[in-house]
Amino acid sequence: MITVLSPGAQLLIEDLGRPGHAAMGLSPSGALDARALRLANRLVGNAPGAAGLELLLGGAELEFAAAAAVAVTGARGPVTLAGTGRAGAARRQEEAANRPLAVPAGGRLRIGPAASGLRYYLAVAGGIEADTLMGSRSADVLSGLGPAPLRAGDVLRTGQAPAASPEPAWVPAAVPPARRIAVRIQPGPRLDWFTPQAWQCLTGRDWTVSPESNRVGVRLLGRPLERAVGGELPSEGMVTGAVQVPPSGLPTVFLADHPVTGGYPVPAVVVPADLPLLAQARPGQQVRFLGQPKTALATA
Amino acid sequence: MKILPFGPGALLAEFATLAEVLARYRALAAAPLPGVVDLVPAARTILAVFDGSVTAGQVRHWLQAAAPDDGGGAASGAQVTIAVEYSGEDLPAVARLLGIGEREVVRRHTSSRWTAAFTGFAPGFAYLVAEGNPLQVPRREVPRTRVPAGSVGLAGEFSGVYPSASPGGWQLIGRTEARLWDASRPEPALILPGTVVRFTEA
Repeated sequence: MITVLSPGAQLLIEDLGRPGHAAMGLSPSGALDARALRLANRLVGNAPGAAGLELLLGGAELEFAAAAAVAVTGARGPVTLAGTGRAGAARRQEEAANRPLAVPAGGRLRIGPAASGLRYYLAVAGGIEADTLMGSRSADVLSGLGPAPLRAGDVLRTGQAPAASPEPAWVPAAVPPARRIAVRIQPGPRLDWFTPQAWQCLTGRDWTVSPESNRVGVRLLGRPLERAVGGELPSEGMVTGAVQVPPSGLPTVFLADHPVTGGYPVPAVVVPADLPLLAQARPGQQVRFLGQPKTALATA
Repeated sequence: MKILPFGPGALLAEFATLAEVLARYRALAAAPLPGVVDLVPAARTILAVFDGSVTAGQVRHWLQAAAPDDGGGAASGAQVTIAVEYSGEDLPAVARLLGIGEREVVRRHTSSRWTAAFTGFAPGFAYLVAEGNPLQVPRREVPRTRVPAGSVGLAGEFSGVYPSASPGGWQLIGRTEARLWDASRPEPALILPGTVVRFTEA
């Protein structure tokens, strides 16, 4: 049993989501930095898709009623373990990222403000229990479906811890970059709705992550893209990574809780392998898109 | 049909009419291609999202090769009957816009064979179309900030039922007790693309 003493900026239960149900209107949802959640699960011996916690920015504190193996990945910041139930127990601080941590019964795990990256992932041996929707325990902030965002006082249950102890004691994982990130894009369906210079405009200069970004999408600030075609686009299906451009000309890159359809043109799509970089990009951080306007796919 | 790129893991098939979308969607849904993980119909397009077990070329071929199914056959989609209490706030306005009586609005709504063309807006919300739709009205000029769950509405060429309370601009003609979305059901959405819907008077 784990008690949420403080949920920090936003504490959500997430697994690898529920892709494949867009036809009924369900977003894929799931951990935005799926790579970090997989790593956390691996460190505690869970299956890759076990549900863990996604913590925005930090400031969370959790109390463990029973001893548990946990791992914290993703964003980097102070992770401390306090209290073992004994009065005057020494507080222990360690370099806790990307390794299994043994939390004793009564232990309190504190995750402080992230110094780099934006989202921490916490896995507990056995996984976090919650009701499933279409096989997934992921919170979806767009529809409000899935487990509700966690609040102080909430109690979490975990599943049966795996019998085998995890094999790696430590896994080197890249620290989320603090400076400009480079993100690869490929052409989207509506590149021709923009001026011929649009691709050059997308890739030729830096964009800035807006503070209005969330799990639905990363909003970008910069010089607006110019449309060549006026009028409205009938709503069409969207994918995670779609770079959607509303009339403002400022792109939004859709993340896991994106609407299943959208009515603004998509000139480009971020490749899935680079989505974790955007999931960890902090407001104010610079983003540069890389890619060619023609790919083998587009001309096949 | 035109096929457009959509990044490394999806293709977008574009059609001239919604009827063509429906016919192709029926055919594709009836002969799924392993590796295509999501098939999303919309007003003029079908999005096919695929995993690494198929190539873009294979998906492109599958999208092009499916023979359109006009839905006339008995084998087409699931059928749902929805009982409606026709007492919506906009029923008088809809009758006025169409120059008919309120009873005639109800008769037309209950005698049409509606088909779910696509979903969107909210989980479980389906855009229903009927051939020769005799109930085409514009959206309300001022959207409501809250439309109750179960509200039955009209907008443009579509009819639809709100699965949950939300803001909305559709003309409301009635209300149903049917649960359009119920997360406790194995299949939470009552209506999926291709489902045939009949409305009856409660």
